[in-house]
Amino acid sequence: MAIYTKEEARQIMEKALSFSTADACEVNLSGSESGNIRYARNTVSTSGHRSNQTLVVQSNFGKKSGTATIDEFDDISLKKVVERAEELANLSPENPEFMDILGPQSYDDAVTFSEATSKISPDYRAEVAASSINPAVSKDVTAAGFFNDSSGFTAMMNSKGLFAYNKSTSSNFTVTMRSNDGTGSGWVTRDYNDISKFDAVEASNVAIDKAIMSRKAKAIEPGKYTVILEPAASIGLLQNMFRSFNARTADEGRSFMSKEGGGTKLGEKIVDERINIWSDPLHPEVPASTWNGQGQPIKKMNWVENGVVKNLSYGRYWAKEKGVDPVPFPSNAIMGGGDASLEDLIKSTRKGILVTRLWYIRGVDPQTLLYTGLTRDGTFYIENGKIKHPVKNFRFNESPIIMLNNLETLGKQVRINGNLIPYMKVRDFTFTSLSDAV
Amino acid sequence: MKRRDFIQYAGLGTGALMVPSLLMGNNIPVEALLNPGMDVITKKLLADVALNTAKSAGATYADARIGRYLNQYVFTREDKVQNVVNTESFGIGVRVIANGTWGFASTNNVTEDGIKKATMQAVAIAKANSKIQKEPVKLAPVPSYGEVSWKTPIKKDFKTVPVSEKVDLLLTANAAAMENGANFVNSALFMVNEQKYFASTEGSYIDQDIHRIWPTFGVTAIDRSAGKFKSRQAMSAPMGMGYEYMDGLDSEKIAGPAGLNLYRNSYDMVEDATLAAKQAKEKLTAKSVDAGKYDLVLEPNHLGLTIHESVGHPLELDRVLGYEANYAGTSFATIDKWKTKSFKYGSDIVNLVADKTEVGSLGAVGYDDEGVKTKKWDLVRNGILTNYQAIRDQVHMIDQNESHGCCYAQSWNDVQFQRMPNVSLEAGKEKYSINDMIKDVEKGIYIAGRGSYSIDQQRYNFQFGGTVYYEIKNGEIVGMLDDVAYQSNTKEFWNSCVKICDKDDYRIFGSFFDGKGQPPQISAVSHGSSTSRFNDVNVINTGRTI
Repeated sequence: MAIYTKEEARQIMEKALSFSTADACEVNLSGSESGNIRYARNTVSTSGHRSNQTLVVQSNFGKKSGTATIDEFDDISLKKVVERAEELANLSPENPEFMDILGPQSYDDAVTFSEATSKISPDYRAEVAASSINPAVSKDVTAAGFFNDSSGFTAMMNSKGLFAYNKSTSSNFTVTMRSNDGTGSGWVTRDYNDISKFDAVEASNVAIDKAIMSRKAKAIEPGKYTVILEPAASIGLLQNMFRSFNARTADEGRSFMSKEGGGTKLGEKIVDERINIWSDPLHPEVPASTWNGQGQPIKKMNWVENGVVKNLSYGRYWAKEKGVDPVPFPSNAIMGGGDASLEDLIKSTRKGILVTRLWYIRGVDPQTLLYTGLTRDGTFYIENGKIKHPVKNFRFNESPIIMLNNLETLGKQVRINGNLIPYMKVRDFTFTSLSDAV
Repeated sequence: MKRRDFIQYAGLGTGALMVPSLLMGNNIPVEALLNPGMDVITKKLLADVALNTAKSAGATYADARIGRYLNQYVFTREDKVQNVVNTESFGIGVRVIANGTWGFASTNNVTEDGIKKATMQAVAIAKANSKIQKEPVKLAPVPSYGEVSWKTPIKKDFKTVPVSEKVDLLLTANAAAMENGANFVNSALFMVNEQKYFASTEGSYIDQDIHRIWPTFGVTAIDRSAGKFKSRQAMSAPMGMGYEYMDGLDSEKIAGPAGLNLYRNSYDMVEDATLAAKQAKEKLTAKSVDAGKYDLVLEPNHLGLTIHESVGHPLELDRVLGYEANYAGTSFATIDKWKTKSFKYGSDIVNLVADKTEVGSLGAVGYDDEGVKTKKWDLVRNGILTNYQAIRDQVHMIDQNESHGCCYAQSWNDVQFQRMPNVSLEAGKEKYSINDMIKDVEKGIYIAGRGSYSIDQQRYNFQFGGTVYYEIKNGEIVGMLDDVAYQSNTKEFWNSCVKICDKDDYRIFGSFFDGKGQPPQISAVSHGSSTSRFNDVNVINTGRTI
């Protein structure tokens, strides 16, 4: 049993702290039970179950710190792991950027746990695989997919009286459907904290339809096109952009957020004024942790408001150096959307490309946040408000900053990888070459 | 990217090095690295517990891997030590075939009881999954090797070198970079020792001691007034060597074009950091490339990744067959193309070999993780696609009856599967140096080191960049270029290979963190080559104004 209640976790951590002789001691306790099933070529290939529990002890003497971990929690093991952390702290060089541990904090109660998800059985997982494989066989396509679910807790306590505890569940599903003639491919992803929201049959059918629709794609010239980006297509570029919301690298002059001549782009308009991005761990659709591994509370926070940068994240050391309050990195991202459905966005497009997904995204120039990658698993040509035919995949070279400046329309939001991202219509998206890949 | 990656990135700057959490075990004191661990007699007794338990529970095949994985990582930036990490992970993984189906289970409780329990679980999983298995597993035969052992031929064990010496080396390299114009430098040293014991019902008991090392850095130069910054990455390679790789021997240095220092089997980190700082500064004012067709002269530390992506991955048999369709993708190099025996993967001079034995390489082991003695074999000979990478349960699918010996698991608690062996481009047969090659190029670009890389899921279309670029005009290097990336198609690219330097220029590049599978596992792999010329490749300009 790797999942402890709040009281059980408190007792283990109190016991560990009782062995500390260091200036300060902080412990993080976590445990999880997870299961998965993998299938390919319309049959199950592997399945697994994993149970993990870990206690991480960080001990400090002045600015020297040592960390030790253990997965057994009897008194002898707890004493041993604390002694080991102290031994390592004594041997380690001083860290000039060391920050003292935090005192007691107040946290919001997270809404990340679902009873239903915590009770997923191997039979349920087999059923998920069957929900992909059976319709695939009947529609002459081949399914390859992966479903993983996890249930766990995290807790922390320190010698200054800080205590935090949270229970959470998660599930992730992806499936690739390839037409048996090798010319079409479709894909779908779903992720939920609460598994009762998941419909494996519905999701699998989305991928099957895309596989069938994308058969025998035609080549069209690469160039600048109006694109409709499904959230699975834009999320990769957006997350790469969010990474640059870091005050330290911006202040140091080595980030897109650094300003010519010194300073940062905090307070500057960087994208279209209709763009709003915030984080909120209590959002019911994308609940996330309300505290981080250092014990900092995570609250609702604005990052981009009407196209203007409202906040950059400040680590505790950098905040102290700059004389500002620390701003912890968020545990989710929410981008404001509009009312338009995908169908509405297609209907209002005279000429454009619908993109299911972007893949193998890699940074090309950190200065301009230029990224390259390819479309995959369903790319379609739109003419006069209708999908005309599938097109061959493209390589793109584009910056999310340029993409968000070229915004045409924001559509409805969809949950993707724990974040809430809208469908988007964007003009002049740069495709630089064609790919024969299906 | 998943949400957890957001959290991992919190507070980390450009050039910060990510350590996949999968690599970590439990933190231990540095002296504990020298603890010899369990003796080989005990390992044999415990492995036999797994094999006997499996057989009496009805398994037709079983293997047991007792693994002790020791890692030491040192991270620094400028004049600060950020972290020194020592970890150990110890346990056993048991894999069985029952009712013609695979089952796997693992435990860190390496006792008779713990092993029996894990083995019974593996057999139970195999039996449960056999209900939905369509075809029983078919294993290629393997000889019984008896009790054998193998060690990476190292001269200096990293575990015996004091941490202070490693920290000093990194801080000296950082200081050299800062003195020569760098504004920031992040450096790191990764050291790995896998102590693996393998036993199977085929009658092999294999004890192996494997070492790997990777020193690396990123140097950044900044022009605040212009709001520009440029980075130059280390010209080191991850190696299957001991700490002797850090000796910086002159005999292993190659004088490259444009004053570049290139390294074979010994790395001079301080010298490289010095030059890196100068080159990062020079990049700030380098000429932005004119897009168009160029003849590319690709240096091995750069070409290695191109080989990895455009040859290593598409020739993995599990990808070709569709087992990786939902994650890494499939492959353009389909079985029907291979069966023609005439598929022109590259030009006549292109010979690409898979090799699990090359000394100094990351993939070198005596035996793979299912007890097959390792070897070297052709993938592409005289430009023709000749073979794939396959393991015991796969080779029958390509009408072969001998495993290629490239099965690997990242840890005792992960199941082994087919992983990329070292894949290398053979050196040119005629005497031909890098200087000879540059002299022969009229309009070209010399690209060195590792940069941005991206390729599609069937490995046709790719775009790669390096860490430094030099313009070649009428047989001479005329200056540094910036904003360079080349786009090509795998088959077109390898067929445009017109010249390969000789063996004196041959050296290996590698990756510590090649990822595959769901849940994902990492693997370390090397790619050797000599500097090679590719004609008429499409170069794009990656500069943008925002």
